[in-house]
Amino acid sequence: MTRRRAFTVAAQGLGGLAGAAIILPAVGFAVAPIFHRGKERWEGVGPVGDFVEDTYRQVVFTETEGIGDAGKTTAYVRMSSEELGEEPGKFVAVSNRCVHLGCPVRFVEAAGNFICPCHGGVYDFQGKRIGGPPVRPLDQFQTRVRNGQVEVGPRYSVTSQLEPVRARDPGEFTGGIWEYLYPPRPSTFPAP
Amino acid sequence: MPKIPDSIVPAPLRKPAKPGQSGDPKGQAPADLKTSPPEKQTHVERLTDQAKDAPADVLAWVDQRTAASGFLTGMLYRKVPKGTNWFYTLGSATLFAFIVQAVTGVFLAMFYVPSTTQAYASIARINNEVFLGQLVHGMHKWGASVMVILIFLHMGRTFFFGAYKYPRELNWVIGVVLLILTMLMAFTGYLLPFDQRSFWASVVGININGTGPVVGPYLSDFLRAGPELGATTLSRFYAIHMLLVPGAIIALIGAHMYLVVKLGTTAPPWTKIGKPKIATPVSQLDAGANGSTPTNGASPPS
Repeated sequence: MTRRRAFTVAAQGLGGLAGAAIILPAVGFAVAPIFHRGKERWEGVGPVGDFVEDTYRQVVFTETEGIGDAGKTTAYVRMSSEELGEEPGKFVAVSNRCVHLGCPVRFVEAAGNFICPCHGGVYDFQGKRIGGPPVRPLDQFQTRVRNGQVEVGPRYSVTSQLEPVRARDPGEFTGGIWEYLYPPRPSTFPAP
Repeated sequence: MPKIPDSIVPAPLRKPAKPGQSGDPKGQAPADLKTSPPEKQTHVERLTDQAKDAPADVLAWVDQRTAASGFLTGMLYRKVPKGTNWFYTLGSATLFAFIVQAVTGVFLAMFYVPSTTQAYASIARINNEVFLGQLVHGMHKWGASVMVILIFLHMGRTFFFGAYKYPRELNWVIGVVLLILTMLMAFTGYLLPFDQRSFWASVVGININGTGPVVGPYLSDFLRAGPELGATTLSRFYAIHMLLVPGAIIALIGAHMYLVVKLGTTAPPWTKIGKPKIATPVSQLDAGANGSTPTNGASPPS
């Protein structure tokens, strides 16, 4: 290697190093939230006696802190039902976020279904998709009982067989090969 | 357009003579100054003459130090092909729409607060209390749609006139990147008022991004700065909307226009191929053998 070439390589290397020293922290700063998981949050939504097996009760609680009403979300809560093959004595909290594109679904008592106003997604009593464009059953929230209060916690998604998986965004399939095509994000909580 | 008298345009900026006609050589004083020196003037007349020369002197001073006149005469007096029509103004119209967005955006930023708790109130204040606030906000809001519509019309003109073909492919690519950046501006700008409509539109938009396999979920987290749409999402959209993308758009518009001037525009596809007025020198024939010499303004698209 000639002296001229050595100096050229050294100067370019130093320039690259200086550039990287500026760019990499800036990019890391911008993409860091992808890898950050917030604190697990539980919120009481009512005494155990408020919830029954055969219909839902609508509750509103804070999912994202610090942005006021915009951080609130809605869930439909009921007691688990043995008739439907669920473990008894638990509580089921179904998210009202349509898994098509994130519009708010409503539980229609008369039909016993969840119906989305945006593009006509329909889910059955357990939240399984029975019509329209949604790609999987409705998301759920973890539940527990503390001091006679039902508390809801982190969100999780379910497969078409209602098996819990880590939370996915609306529009993303779950189960089978989709678990690899739509990988779980580090910012979500492990499934229960 | 009225013709600007040569006396106030410095020599380097004057319109170059057409080929075949003899014009004043560049940089030489008009002949009459040499042959007939000015007669005796009064003090006022002399001052008037000096005042008339002032703009030309200033321009000449700048030109001596920048040599910008060569570039400017080349750009302003460049040849355009026969048949150039109103459809060719769609690009300029898009540029004008962008300038309107940039100017109104700067002034909106003087009153807007990018905070989840105050954004909606600050927009309401702009609309209801600030003098002409509703007008400036309205120009920015509706201007965004105008820009998107114009950019598609401009794209359609380029496509249907075949103006994307050799040697202008790179300009088409730059234009497509500009289109994508404009859509990104429209998407990020939509969240800023932080009302119900913009909140849910952004939720849906981010979820559509998330349906891309493998990278989609991470892209969603990047846009939201977390698993849910929150306070940092608004700051992030604001930064992208007014710092990141506008810089990129301005830089790419520069490249886009440089290539337009460098390569010239195409004639409409229905233009008949006529004989070029000036014969092509034999030495250049090989380069323009397929009839697409970019320097020849009257050449059809090939």
